[in-house]
Amino acid sequence: MARGYSIFSILKHALRPKQPWPEAWAKPEPKSSYDAIVIGGGGHGLATAYYLAKNHGLKNIAVLEKGHIGSGNVGRNTTIIRSNYMLGANTAFFEKSLKMWEGLSHELDFNCMVSHRGQITVGISPTQMDSFARRGNIMRLNGIDAELLDRQELEKELPYLDYSKSARYPIWGALHQPRAGTVRHDAVAWGYARAASQLGVHIIENCEVTGILKADNTVTGVETTRGRILSDKVGIAVAGHTSHVAKMAGLRLPVESHVLQAFVTEPVKPMVHHVVSWGAELFYLSQSDKGGMVFGGHIDGFNTYTQRGQFFKAKEVMECAVALMPFMSRMRLLRAWGGLVDMTPDGSPFICTTPIDGLYLNGGWCYQGFKATPASGFTFAHTMAKNEAHHLSAGFALDRLMKGKELDEHGVGNWTYKQ
Amino acid sequence: MSFRRLTSGGRLDRDKSVKFRFNGKRLKGLSGDTLASALLANDRLLVGRSFKYHRPRGIVGAGVEEPNALFTIGKDGTEQVNVIGTCLELTENLRAKSQNAWPALSFDLRAVNQLFAPIFGAGFYYKTFMGPRLKSWMFYEPHIRHAAGLGKTGTQGTAARHNTRNAFSDVLIIGSGPAGLAAALALAGTGVSVTLAEQDFELGGSILSSQNENLLAWREATLATLNRAENLRLLTRATVQGLFDGNQAIIAIGGTMVESLRARTIIFATGAVERPLVFDDNDLPGVMLASALRTYANRFALLPSKRCIIATNNDSAYETAFDLVTLGATVMIADERNGIAGELLAKSASLGVVVFAGSSIAAVAGKRRIEAVMLGGPHHVRLSCDLLGMSGGWSPLVHLTSQVGSKPQFNPSVQAFVPGPLATGHYVAGACNGSFGTLAAINTGQAQASAVLAALGKKAINKTDVPPLEADRGLAILPSVSPSKSRFAFVDFQNDVTAKDIAQARDEGYTNIEHLKRYTTLGMGTDQGKTSNINALAMLANLRDVPISQVGTTTFRPPFTPLTVGAIVGRSLGQHFRPTRRSPLHDWHEQNGATMIDAGLWKRAWYYNWAGKTPHEAYLKEMELVRHNVGLSDVSTLGKIDVQGKDAAEFLNRVYVNGFAKLAVGRARYGVMLNDDGLVLDDGTTSRISETKFYMTTTTAQAGEVMSWLEYLLQCHWPDLDVHVTSLTDEWGGMALSGPNARQVLERAFPEEDLSDSALPYMAVKDIEYEKVPIRILRLSFSGELGYEIHCPANFTQGLWEHVLKMGASAGLKPYGLEALASLRIEKGHVAGLELDHRNSLDDLGLGKMASSKKSFVGDTLRMREDMMAPERWSLVGLELLEPGKKLRGGAILFAAKDEIKGHGRGYITSVTWSTDLQIYVALGLYQGGLAHENEEIIAAFPLKNEKVRLRIVSPHFIDREGTRLNA
Amino acid sequence: MSEFRYGGDATKKRPGPGAGGLKVWHEYVFTFDNPKGPHEEFWQHTLGCRQWFKLKRNTATNEILGGGA
Ligand SMILES: Cc1cc2nc3c(=O)[nH]c(=O)nc-3n(C[C@H](O)[C@H](O)[C@H](O)COP(=O)(O)OP(=O)(O)OC[C@H]3O[C@@H](n4cnc5c(N)ncnc54)[C@H](O)[C@@H]3O)c2cc1C
Repeated sequence: MARGYSIFSILKHALRPKQPWPEAWAKPEPKSSYDAIVIGGGGHGLATAYYLAKNHGLKNIAVLEKGHIGSGNVGRNTTIIRSNYMLGANTAFFEKSLKMWEGLSHELDFNCMVSHRGQITVGISPTQMDSFARRGNIMRLNGIDAELLDRQELEKELPYLDYSKSARYPIWGALHQPRAGTVRHDAVAWGYARAASQLGVHIIENCEVTGILKADNTVTGVETTRGRILSDKVGIAVAGHTSHVAKMAGLRLPVESHVLQAFVTEPVKPMVHHVVSWGAELFYLSQSDKGGMVFGGHIDGFNTYTQRGQFFKAKEVMECAVALMPFMSRMRLLRAWGGLVDMTPDGSPFICTTPIDGLYLNGGWCYQGFKATPASGFTFAHTMAKNEAHHLSAGFALDRLMKGKELDEHGVGNWTYKQ
Repeated sequence: MSFRRLTSGGRLDRDKSVKFRFNGKRLKGLSGDTLASALLANDRLLVGRSFKYHRPRGIVGAGVEEPNALFTIGKDGTEQVNVIGTCLELTENLRAKSQNAWPALSFDLRAVNQLFAPIFGAGFYYKTFMGPRLKSWMFYEPHIRHAAGLGKTGTQGTAARHNTRNAFSDVLIIGSGPAGLAAALALAGTGVSVTLAEQDFELGGSILSSQNENLLAWREATLATLNRAENLRLLTRATVQGLFDGNQAIIAIGGTMVESLRARTIIFATGAVERPLVFDDNDLPGVMLASALRTYANRFALLPSKRCIIATNNDSAYETAFDLVTLGATVMIADERNGIAGELLAKSASLGVVVFAGSSIAAVAGKRRIEAVMLGGPHHVRLSCDLLGMSGGWSPLVHLTSQVGSKPQFNPSVQAFVPGPLATGHYVAGACNGSFGTLAAINTGQAQASAVLAALGKKAINKTDVPPLEADRGLAILPSVSPSKSRFAFVDFQNDVTAKDIAQARDEGYTNIEHLKRYTTLGMGTDQGKTSNINALAMLANLRDVPISQVGTTTFRPPFTPLTVGAIVGRSLGQHFRPTRRSPLHDWHEQNGATMIDAGLWKRAWYYNWAGKTPHEAYLKEMELVRHNVGLSDVSTLGKIDVQGKDAAEFLNRVYVNGFAKLAVGRARYGVMLNDDGLVLDDGTTSRISETKFYMTTTTAQAGEVMSWLEYLLQCHWPDLDVHVTSLTDEWGGMALSGPNARQVLERAFPEEDLSDSALPYMAVKDIEYEKVPIRILRLSFSGELGYEIHCPANFTQGLWEHVLKMGASAGLKPYGLEALASLRIEKGHVAGLELDHRNSLDDLGLGKMASSKKSFVGDTLRMREDMMAPERWSLVGLELLEPGKKLRGGAILFAAKDEIKGHGRGYITSVTWSTDLQIYVALGLYQGGLAHENEEIIAAFPLKNEKVRLRIVSPHFIDREGTRLNA
Repeated sequence: MSEFRYGGDATKKRPGPGAGGLKVWHEYVFTFDNPKGPHEEFWQHTLGCRQWFKLKRNTATNEILGGGA
C-alpha cells in the first residue's frame, strides 16, 4: 500500500517550504523489454498495472501512454459510479467495483473523493417502474442496496424536479441506489499511477504504440514512438482507440468509436445532492464538489474519432436538463467537451484473452467504464497474469456474440450507435 | 475615491441617470454604464470575495476577461448567479449582490482560510480527508461542498422567453473592433451576405476605449456606411459562443435568442485581452489591467482621482498612461524593461509621466484597497497611489479558432499564442492574429475581406478609407514572467491559484499543462482562464526550462462566455420538450371522461370515468365489458404500413419469420420479425389486400423503428425488389371492437355489408365504403374475444367512432382504455411491451413454431447461436397467484420452490393483471425452461417490498385456449 | 430530434437471403472496421424524404468527402 499523504505530511511541507514534494509518479525512460506491457494510461490501464504488480508479483511492468496519463476518458467522464446491473454476468462485477471504490482512497493513499451520495433514476411510466422493480429486486437479491421511491417520497428527496402538470413526462417514482455516487476522476488516474509507480511500474507518457509485434500467432512486443519495446504479454486498454490498436495486431472487433459529450455549469452553492438520472431519455446530472452541475446524455450517434460534439445533441441534452429540473434553465454553461467511447453491439465490455497468444483485450466500455475501473484493473490483471478469465469478468469474453450471450443491459438491440 | 467621474467625455448619456442596487444599497449610474463602471463611479472597489481564501477582490478588467467581478442578479428564486459585471449593461432597478462573502462583503469570516494558505496549496484535497475510516470523505464532503460554489442559484426556471432561430450567411465576421469593422466595410455593398456579431452593446471594440479623434471619426463614418448597406446584418450583444462542424456558429443574442448560423466563410476578429502581472498581493482591489483603466477613462469617463501607477513589461501600457494624463490624471510607469524606446521616454517626459525603468512591483500596500507600491529593481521606492494598472502583454482570443481545430501556435515576437493553420474558409484578422496595432488591424481586416470575396468568386470592389493614424508600434515585450515564491501572488484570480501552487505542482510532476490545470484548478473558473492561462504556461515553461511552445495550451471548448442553459433550450420547454402525438380520437377522449397516459410520444386514453374513478376500479369494469358484452378501444397508435409492389409477398416472406407468400387475398396473418441478431424485433398483423398490396400493422412502440428498418432493407440491400413501403400511421386511425356482441354491433353499424362469420371469418379482411369513406375491417383479436379492427382515414376516424358507439349504444357498447387493453391481452397470453425488449428469441416467447423452415428470413442464421438454443433459457410462461389476498407485481423475480432466494433467480414477471374471468392475479413471465415446468409451484420474490408469494406455472393463455371465442 | 438517422458502415456486404453461415453473419452484424479516416456509411433523411443514402466522411475530422458509390 502506498503511503505518505496526510495532513501531517502537508504540515511538514508547510513548515519546511524549502523541501519540495516528491514527484507523484516517476518518469523513467522506457526499457527495451518488460514482463508485461499495458497500452493506454487511462484508468483501466493504470489500475491493471497496479494490480499486476500488487496481486501477481510481476516486477517489470510498463504502461505506455501516447499523451499524458488521464488524457482520455478517465479525465473526461461524468464520474458516476453505481452497481445497478441486472444481467447475470454484470451484477457481481460492477458490485465488486463499487466495493473496491469504497476503500480506494486508503488503498492508494490518494483521496479520490469517493462520494456515496446516491443515484436516483426517475421513472416516467408504470411500465418503466416495473422494469426498475426488476432491476432493484435483482440488486437486493445480490446484496446490493436499492429502493423504490414513489412520487411523494421522491418529491421529498428531489424537490427541484418538475412535478407540475406542464411537464412533458409525468414523474411516477424512482429507483434509488444509496451507495452509488461520484468519484474525482483525475484523482483515480493519478492515484493509481502514483501507487503503481511506488511498486516499480514504469509509467511512460508521450509514448504512442504504433505497431504490435508478433511471431506466428504470439505477441513479442510493440513498436512505439519511443522505440521498440519487447514483451510477451501485451494488454490493450485504450478505450476509444480500441479498434485502431487492435487492428495493429490484425484483429477486427465488435467495437465502434463514438463521441459522448459532457457539460459543466458555473459553480453554485449545493443544490443537487445526488446523482440524478432520468428514464425518459438517457440523461444524468450531479453537482461537483466545486459546485458545478456536471451532466450528459447519449452519444452523438455516428462513428467518429473527433473529440468534438455536435450542437444538436448538446441541445437535446440541455433540453432534458431543463425538462427534468426547471431551475437548470438559469444555470450557465461553462464548458462542453467530448470523449471517444468504445461502443459495442450489446453495450457491454470485453476483458479477455484474444485469438493471439499473449495479447489481451480490455475495451468496449461504452459510456459506462469509469465505474468499472477498479474491478476492471483487478480482473484484467488476473487475465494477463494467468492467461485466463477471472470468474467476475468471465462474461466479458470476445466470443459471447458468436455464442448468443449478449449482455444487453438496456434492451436496445444490436446497434453500437443505439446502445 | 479612487475614480472620479469626468463631467464630459465618455460614451455616456448624462441626462439619463440609472438607479440600481448593490447589496441592498441604492446607487446611481448613467445610461451607457456597465454594472462594473457604475460601481467604480460609486467608489465600490471591493465587489466580491475569492473562491478559496475569501480575499477581498475588486474589478480587474473591463470586458469578457474579467475574473473577479461576478454578481448575483435578481431575487426570490429567480437569481442569476455569476453574472460578469464588466459585460452587464446597467439597467434601471438592477439588483446586484456580491458573492462568496459570509456573513458580509466587508467582513468575511471565511477569510481565516488565508491563515491556512501554507497547507491549502495545490492538491490539498487529494492528500487529506481520507481518514480515519473508509468512507470518511462522506463526513467531510458536505462541509467542503458548502464552502465551495459561488452564488446561490434561483430554484425556479427562468421566466425569460428564449427563442432559437436558424440563419445562413456567406460571411460571418466575429468582432467589431478595427479589424472586424474594416472587413465589414470592405464587404459592404458587394452582394455577399454578411453577419457581423459583436458581444458588446456598442460596435467598435477597442476603438471605444480610444480617445483618438481620427479613429473615432472613422468609426462613425464606417458605421454610417454599414448601416446603409443592405447585405450586412449587424448584431450587437451577440456572442459567438461556439463553432461546430460544418461552420455552424452558435450565437447568443441579447440574452433571449440563440441563433444557429451556417456560414460559408468566417473572419475571426475577436481581438486580444491584456494579461495581468504576477506579484505578491496582485489581487488587492485597485490593482487592475492597464487597458481596463484606459477603457474606464475613455469610454466611461472614470479617471484615477489621485495617483495611478502603471506596471508593464511592454509598450502597450504607455498608451494607457498617455490617455490618462491627457485627461488630467497623475501617472507613473514602472517598466520591467531597461531598453525602453527613446520616443516613449521622450513622450512620457513631455507629458509629465515619470518612468522607472527596470522596475517591477516588489510589494503593494493597503488593506481593502491599494494605497502604495514598493518598486523592486534599481529604484527601491515606495510610491503611494490609489490605482495600479498592470500590463503583462496581450493574449489573442484564439478560443473560437481552436474550437474548430486550429491548434494555437506561439509567436515569440509578440510573446503570444496566435491561431495555427486554419481550415479552408476561415480567416483571421487583427489582434486575434497577433497584429496588435490599430492600423494593422484595419489593414488585415480589409485584406481578409478581399480574400473572402475571392474565395466566394467575387471581385473585391471596395477600396475603403483608412483613418489618418500614427504608424503602429511593434509590441516590444519582455518575455518571461518571473514566478514568485510568495503565498499570494495570484495567477488565476478566480480560482485562487498562486505562483507557488504552480511551482509545487511542477515539483510533484504535474508538468503537463493539462495535469497542471486539473491539479491546481487553474483556468477552470467561469472565466475559463482568459487572463491566467498564458501566465501559467510561461511560468511552467520557465520551471521546466523548455520553450513555451513546447508546453502547449489546454483545449478551448465552447461556450466562449458562460451561457444560460435556458437560452440554448429555447422553447423546447415543458410540454414542448418533445413533440406530442395525438390520436385522431384525442379530443373525443378528453371530452368524454378519459384519463390520458403517456406512451412514448403518444398520449393515449388510459381508462374512462364511466367505469370508475381509479385506474384499478375502471380497468376491471372495462375488461368485464369486453369479456361479457362489447367494448370499443382506440388503436390508432399502432404502426400502419402500406406495402406494395410486384415483390411485396417475397419481401414480407423475408422480413417475417413465418410465410406470407401464400397468404390469400382478403386474409390476415399474425407475423413476427427478428433483427439480424435473431432476437425478436416486433410483431403485428399483416393482411393481403390484393396480389401486390399488403397492409402491415406494428406495435405502437416499434412503429418508427420497423418503418426505418423496412426502408433500410429495401433501399440499401434489396433494391432489386419491386416494393414500396409507406407509413399510414398518422394518415389512418383505427378502433378495436371486441366482445361477444361485437358482430351484432358491427352489423348494425354497416347494415349494407355481409359481415357474417362465413363472409368475414377470423383473420379475414374486408374493404368497404360507408358514406363514401373507405373503411377497412380486419377480423382479429388482441383481447381474445370475437373482435374486429376498423381502420379508416384519420379525418374520418372520430366520425366513425361516434357512429359505431351510437349503433352499439343499445347493446351497451362503451369505450375501454389502454389499461384494460393491456390486461385483456395478458389474459389471452399475447406478448407485448416488456416481453418484446430486444432480449428474447422466438422460442423464448413461445413462438418458435412460427418459424418457417421452407424459406430464409431475417435473423434466421444468428437465431440459431449456441446459447440461444439452450433448453435452460428463460421462456414465456403464465403464472397464477396461489395466495389469495396477496398481490402480484411486475418486476418480481422467480425462483423454484426449493431455491435459496438470492442471485438472479430463474426468471421474472413481465406483466400482471387481475383476471376478471378467473378472479385471481395472473401474470406473464419468463422462466428458466419455460413450460417444461408447467404446473410447478414456484416463488416470486419482491425484496424491494419484502414480499414473497407462491405461484403456479400455467399456460400463458389463461382464457379460451381453444380459440372458440375468436372464431365465434 | 435530428433530421437524419445514422445507419452504420455501408461497405459491409450483407449476405444474401439464405446465404452465409454463422461466421459470416457474426462478422456482418457484430464486427466493424471502425476506421479513423474515410468511412462510407448509410444515413436516412428521416424527417424528410426518408431516402437512405451513402455518404463518405472522414471520421478523423467529420469532413464530408462526398456521396458514396
Ligand atoms: C463524456 C463522458 C462521460 C462518461 N461518463 C461516465 C460515467 O459517468 N460513469 C462511468 O462509469 N463511465 C463514464 N464514461 C466512460 C468512461 O469514462 C470510460 O469507459 C473509461 O474511462 C474508459 O477507460 P479508461 O479510463 O482506461 O480510458 P481512457 O482514459 O480513454 O484511456 C485510454 C488511454 O489510451 C491511450 N491510447 C490510445 N491509443 C494509444 C496508443 N496507440 N498508444 C498508447 N496509448 C494510447 C489514450 O491516450 C488514453 O489515455 C464516460 C465517458 C465520456 C467520454
